[in-house]
Amino acid sequence: MIVFSVNGKRVDLDIDPSTPLLWVIREQLGLTGTKYGCGMAQCGACTVHINGEAVRSCVAPVSRAAGKSVTTIEGLSPDLSNPLQRAWLEEDVPQCGYCQSGQLMSAAVLLRGKPQPTDEDIDEAMTGNICRCGTYPRIRRAIHRAAELASSGGAR
Amino acid sequence: MKQRYTMLWIIPAMSMACFLVWDILPFPVAAAEPSIAANKDNDNGALFAAFVSVLRNPRCMNCHSTGDFPRQGDDGHRHTMNVRRGPSGFGVTAEKCNTCHQDHNLAGPHLPPGAPGWRLPPPSMPMIWQGLTDAQICVSIKDPKQNRGRNLDQLVEHLTEDKLLLWAWNPGEGRTPIPMPHDEFSAKVKAWQAAGAPCPAM
Repeated sequence: MIVFSVNGKRVDLDIDPSTPLLWVIREQLGLTGTKYGCGMAQCGACTVHINGEAVRSCVAPVSRAAGKSVTTIEGLSPDLSNPLQRAWLEEDVPQCGYCQSGQLMSAAVLLRGKPQPTDEDIDEAMTGNICRCGTYPRIRRAIHRAAELASSGGAR
Repeated sequence: MKQRYTMLWIIPAMSMACFLVWDILPFPVAAAEPSIAANKDNDNGALFAAFVSVLRNPRCMNCHSTGDFPRQGDDGHRHTMNVRRGPSGFGVTAEKCNTCHQDHNLAGPHLPPGAPGWRLPPPSMPMIWQGLTDAQICVSIKDPKQNRGRNLDQLVEHLTEDKLLLWAWNPGEGRTPIPMPHDEFSAKVKAWQAAGAPCPAM
């Protein structure tokens, strides 16, 4: 039995501990906001947080989450009030949208560590999240905008 | 027919000439590996030289190389995705080592390798060996100011038992392991330790 929490809710699972966390999130828990991209930690679409750190859930066994707190895109905020979600909407970032939950989850870790990131900070943090539509300029603008919103108290 | 008989004595004669020239010329290794040659009169320097090839292997050197980033592959190319050392050696914000690497190798080609404590040396003590001579590496790894405060016993334990280093002998599919057997490496490190951990001459 593996016990952990996902978006604040306790999860008890009788499951092969080597099962990728992404499979558990999508199939066992039905949280389909996290996407399967490459399956080999090359694209970042599956990024979630384990105890607040960005993790590629496609290659992380569920055993890595045991006793820990997992946050998925659904847990970023219940009402789109997170500064990143606000900024993403303001900047109309997504095109096809497939990579964007992973982009947001990485950006959230970036802003926690660097509340006012420079372009270089953004490049270093977001480099592992690939966007085939090429929305990178909008992602950059949205991260800067989210930093403004967070610092001005314009969003929870 | 006369030509064939001529060849029969020319070949041995040329071989003898080569042997004589070889014997007269300086031993070529002396020029290629000065650190070993410098210790011809002191076998202790050779004790370090006996295992330094492991420290220079890409499995080790890719994390002990110049630049503020890890390297990959047997050619030591820069880690893809602009991965950085970060403030403590574990990467930066959303791009940390364990964002992708687990505490074990993942099965299959091109999947991230892993071991407990996967990281680079911290920027405050980056332990860069690339470009150093054997003697300089030897001095560097023994210096507590450059080796994270390890004394000799702790250094030997780190070299021979640390799971992160043991990974180099089992690096996962598609990666070349350290060619020297681990038992042999450990024995050579401990022989060096027993002799007082002497370094090759600078």
